Amino acid sequence: MTSREGGAEAPGRRAGRPGWKLTQEGVVFALAVVLFALFALTLDKFLTAGNLVALVRSVAILGILGLGMGLVVIGRGIDLAMVATMVVSVSWILALSDTGMPLGTALLIGFAFAVAVGFASGILIAYATIPAIFTTLAMGLIVYGSGRAWLFQVDVQNTPANSEFFNFLAQATVLGIPMMIVAFAVLAVIVWALLKWTRFGRFVYATGDNPSAARVAGIPTRYLMVAQYVITAIIAYLAGLIMAAANSGMSTRVYNSTMIYDVLLVVVLGGIGLSGGRGGVRNVLVGTLLVGVLLNGMTIFDIPYTQQNLIKSVILLIAIVIDSIVNPRDEQTAQQEQGDI
Amino acid sequence: MRLMKLLPALVGAAFLATAAHAEDKGLDNHVKLDPYYNGLKGKKVVFVPLAMGFDLTEGWAAIMKKQAADLGYSFEIRDPNWSTDAGTRAITAIIAEKPDLAIIHNPDLQSYARLEQRMVQAGIKVLQVNLETTNPTDYYVGADWVKVGLIEADALVKKCGTGSGTSGKVAILEGQPTAASNLYELYAYYKIFGADPAIKIVADQAATYDPAKARAITETVLQQHPDLCGIVGNWDNQDVGAGAAVQAAGKSDQVYIVTSGGGSKTGCDNIEKGLLDLIVSYDVPLQGDSLNQAIVQLLLSPAKAGEIQSTYFTPLTLQTKETISSRNCWTLDQLK
Repeated sequence: MTSREGGAEAPGRRAGRPGWKLTQEGVVFALAVVLFALFALTLDKFLTAGNLVALVRSVAILGILGLGMGLVVIGRGIDLAMVATMVVSVSWILALSDTGMPLGTALLIGFAFAVAVGFASGILIAYATIPAIFTTLAMGLIVYGSGRAWLFQVDVQNTPANSEFFNFLAQATVLGIPMMIVAFAVLAVIVWALLKWTRFGRFVYATGDNPSAARVAGIPTRYLMVAQYVITAIIAYLAGLIMAAANSGMSTRVYNSTMIYDVLLVVVLGGIGLSGGRGGVRNVLVGTLLVGVLLNGMTIFDIPYTQQNLIKSVILLIAIVIDSIVNPRDEQTAQQEQGDI
Repeated sequence: MRLMKLLPALVGAAFLATAAHAEDKGLDNHVKLDPYYNGLKGKKVVFVPLAMGFDLTEGWAAIMKKQAADLGYSFEIRDPNWSTDAGTRAITAIIAEKPDLAIIHNPDLQSYARLEQRMVQAGIKVLQVNLETTNPTDYYVGADWVKVGLIEADALVKKCGTGSGTSGKVAILEGQPTAASNLYELYAYYKIFGADPAIKIVADQAATYDPAKARAITETVLQQHPDLCGIVGNWDNQDVGAGAAVQAAGKSDQVYIVTSGGGSKTGCDNIEKGLLDLIVSYDVPLQGDSLNQAIVQLLLSPAKAGEIQSTYFTPLTLQTKETISSRNCWTLDQLK
């Protein structure tokens, strides 16, 4: 709704309507608000605190992954290995602790694994200059495959019974708000601060907007890329821990679902362009909110599965259509071939 | 002197004679053994599961592998890893390969149905396991899903139906909407729930085997219906998510969760933890034995592929906190 956008802004576009511009983020936010109002008016218990908590909780994992994905997309990358990293690092932790290893040690091993995955992707993308989309697609398969082959036998791992750590994540609340949402909020603030207030954040925007110019200007773009993928992997790892706590276990089948595309959808829907250099945490939150309101409302209406998918797709399409009418493709967005995607 | 020389030879001969005589004792039963072992040796069996790596398929495969090694027929697994598309490709390749028997675990009622007919036309016998298509082939070994559904729904009606003094509100958690288990169970649920005026179905949602989805749906349903009495679900590995939501809401004593599964230790652990209340188990070790029996029968039978169609619905057992023990909760290591 406002004119603030990270990184580059097409100067010509702002000149027409100074200070106010209907962005994709605005469109999606408006859609979310309209749906929210509609549900609040038509559904009895939609507007209760309990339901709103359930609403946010149901999309918290998606949102957390969206924060990581948002970060790399702003840096003109993409990480399709996020879900695999999440699933495998946490499943390994659960499998290890099942064999009697202390949970603390297992958590460290899982963390090291996630960092190693992020590091490997980063090195391949930054130094071998393999396009991010292929590197991370392959990395996801490698991570999932090696996990299934060597790290655990069965594809559903339960959290250890009576584990204080997982019970805390699952049941603790801050001012009545469950840990899952608190974690989402804390991570959102951290990523926001990282992008907004640190030199690292500025560099990410600069690199995403124009990698060659950034390098010429002396920004260590290669280090920066590696760091982005490591951060994304760590976020995926944290999302996995929270997910395992919430569901009392981790199902590696999640890797085979459309989750990674849902994450990407939240990011793109919120208005972070795949060409990089724009958007921020707020876009991720708005995208997540729309998906959350939709899912929650449709579940309360008890709409069958296939129709839910249909409605979801139609609404997403509407958001994109409105955006392309309001913000026609211009010179700036046409430069996408510069990017990897 | 000559006698002395002869004696060892004579003794030796006597020993040989008794030894030879010992071999003659008893019967070698070649009438049955030869056609059995020779008939199985060198045959080729291929298994296409939904995916490997979860309790059901790992359990069946372990048992089938053991018998294959023992009887000398080959047993291969083509793992499509939850992708119907990859499964279709695997089956198409199998048609060209012409094994003697294909064991198919169907993701839904339709996808592989025509391919299975093509396999039968190509002379490959087809054994469907636990999840079937609408077209019967040579054999089906697995749960009678309508019966599973009836037992589940009956158990829930006992807890939430007329005279229970509860709200009577129940939620249905479907699995994969088009899978055999789902459609047959759904029929049973609606039939039983419809017969009791006290039962109100407040939600009927698909969790597509995903515990996270089951959790999110249950959480929302509990917000709308804090007095929910019961949940009936498609699969224990999925419905553990519903259990987690109920537990998080502190309603474990109020909401009774009924589901079905293979009866593995993981399921029993979830009952122990209070996440699930009743699992209608189709008993994977027992299904594995039935599969082995069906494999031998199909490989030995002179009937052509598709000529005779048989079904064996494997027995069901009920697992609750009271009935579970190390005896009826299996682990993969026990089966291997």
